[in-house]
Amino acid sequence: MSSHSPLQFKNRLFYALVAAGGLVMLLGLYAAHMMEEHGHIITGMNNQIVWGIPHVFAIFMIVAASGVLNVASIGSVFGKTIYKVRAPLAGLLSIALLAGGLTVLMLDLGRPERVIVAATNYNITSVFAWNVLLYTGMFVLVSLYLWTMMERRMNPWTKPAGLAVFAWRFILTTGTGLIFAFLVARQAYGSALLPPMFIVISFAWGLAVFLVVQAAIYAWNDKVLDPAILRRKKNLLGIFIMGALYLVVAYHMTNLYFAHQSGFERFILADGGIYPQLFWWGYGVLGNVLPLLLIFHPGLGKTRSVISASLMVILGGFALLYVFIIGGQAYPLSMFPGYEVSSSFGDGQIGQYHPSLPEFLLGFGGLAIAFLITIVSVQVLDFMPHDKPYIADQGTPD
Amino acid sequence: MSFRQTKICLAAEGIELSDINVQRRQFLKTSVGAAAVTIAPGMLLFDMAHGKSEAVSSKIRWGMLIDTAKCVDGCNDCVTACNKENGLAGGLSSGGLSPTGSQWIRKVELKDMRGGRTLSLPMMCQHCENPPCVDVCPTGASFKRADGIVLVDKHLCIGCRYCMMACPYKARSFVHEPLHDQKPDVPRGKGTVESCTMCVHRVDKGQQPACAEACPNKSIMFGNLNDPDSKISKKIRTVASTQVRADLGLNTGIRYQGL
Repeated sequence: MSSHSPLQFKNRLFYALVAAGGLVMLLGLYAAHMMEEHGHIITGMNNQIVWGIPHVFAIFMIVAASGVLNVASIGSVFGKTIYKVRAPLAGLLSIALLAGGLTVLMLDLGRPERVIVAATNYNITSVFAWNVLLYTGMFVLVSLYLWTMMERRMNPWTKPAGLAVFAWRFILTTGTGLIFAFLVARQAYGSALLPPMFIVISFAWGLAVFLVVQAAIYAWNDKVLDPAILRRKKNLLGIFIMGALYLVVAYHMTNLYFAHQSGFERFILADGGIYPQLFWWGYGVLGNVLPLLLIFHPGLGKTRSVISASLMVILGGFALLYVFIIGGQAYPLSMFPGYEVSSSFGDGQIGQYHPSLPEFLLGFGGLAIAFLITIVSVQVLDFMPHDKPYIADQGTPD
Repeated sequence: MSFRQTKICLAAEGIELSDINVQRRQFLKTSVGAAAVTIAPGMLLFDMAHGKSEAVSSKIRWGMLIDTAKCVDGCNDCVTACNKENGLAGGLSSGGLSPTGSQWIRKVELKDMRGGRTLSLPMMCQHCENPPCVDVCPTGASFKRADGIVLVDKHLCIGCRYCMMACPYKARSFVHEPLHDQKPDVPRGKGTVESCTMCVHRVDKGQQPACAEACPNKSIMFGNLNDPDSKISKKIRTVASTQVRADLGLNTGIRYQGL
């Protein structure tokens, strides 16, 4: 570095990152190609656990895509300056995550080449079909929103565009929650709590992703983030983590109260092997206890602690989704209450799932797409937050 | 050139007008014959492919009544018949019984946890009146025929598996591997979802589904639930029958007796 100018270093770093992201993306595309060539037999998914690791990655990204817009909403809708300057980056991240998540979902289809059928043959009663419109609308609205912010002549329209995005992302995450809330068949799903749970969870995951990306971009651009800005956002992250935890607890408590759900809850929370482990250690400790300690413990809460806490929230999110999506399917369908059931098709038995390499490659490929969209856009357009030297926001606390 | 002038010209060339008429008639005859020979096999195939010419009607609701008392523990004849009829590998995948193999019908063994009573029954698509798989399918590939048979359009299915998440009976299978030696009457497709078709290709020809025909104890009764005089309707009026997960209000076409 010493022999080169900072600009050269920055450019080399950029190309190295693009190459690394591109490689991961290509590996993901290769995995999708193999899945199409050989069929889903090369994945760990089967007729009992029909959605696997790709769905964990995709749903994380789609939920975070909505949550990351919090930063923009607080800026544009509620007029907080330090958030306002971050709104373009938040909007960009939203588009990037949505693109990454949807690519994974699409490439995991049994017939990805027919994805256009989802547009030409539309089933009005399907919440999946509603989501196709919600995702498309999200791309359009966030793009418009970015335009109003980045094109000076359009600036007066930023607030209405921000409001529209604010409303749309609530509906979008409601739609994501409804994918599961409308499933009457399985014990884990079919609850009206799921849409609000997904919304509050999206706040926490989205902000955590934003804080990590912001820290990385600042570091790569040799910029220093004012600790005062981070301090304000870390408190918000703490509140979101607790809000999400509250809804997850409420979901399990209501299940525990219903006698017919107690078997399922025992499976998820106590004797289901990997699922309780991931729930308590992955989501409980890594996703909640440790981040809250790092955020609120006096003496901690500095930049490094906040970024660590954000990373933990993200990992905890993946753990929660693994338990929710895969654990929820592993528990057998309750077709004959009061009977012990067995068959050649796994009735009455816990479903087995061993995720395979192509599934992980596809999932990481989606993350790489989001990463590439973000770094290339930050490089070529003005998405970096421009903070004023002093951040007072006229002393108004968040 | 007027008719008269033509006649003069032809006469000059030594051709009689009646010769032209004969040639013209011959040409027309040959053309019609050739057209008939070309079109007829197509028409015949079209007719064969479509089976009965009249449309499926909602006056019929196909259903089954399964007598669990007659269904013998360990007997797998209905499953074998289904696999043979539909060209399925019987849940086998990569050499062994696998959770990735398609099973359109399976035998479920039940044991009452309190009394210890055991029973055995075949489980398959329940052909619901309000099928959750049809509700959730984004492309409309999952659909219900007017006569109550729930099917998957293999050309519209994108393989999202949402219907498999929604089905309370685990009735659907996803084709995880490339297929070989398919039955012409039962098209399937890698990367799409499939399930019991109630042997729609047989039913449309006036036959029984393979499982009902194969059952040695006649424990599967197939018929029209909408016809009050059908055997199945009369039986349902006289014996107690249940729908699996009746609490969901799906009004299944498959009923169980003695459950």
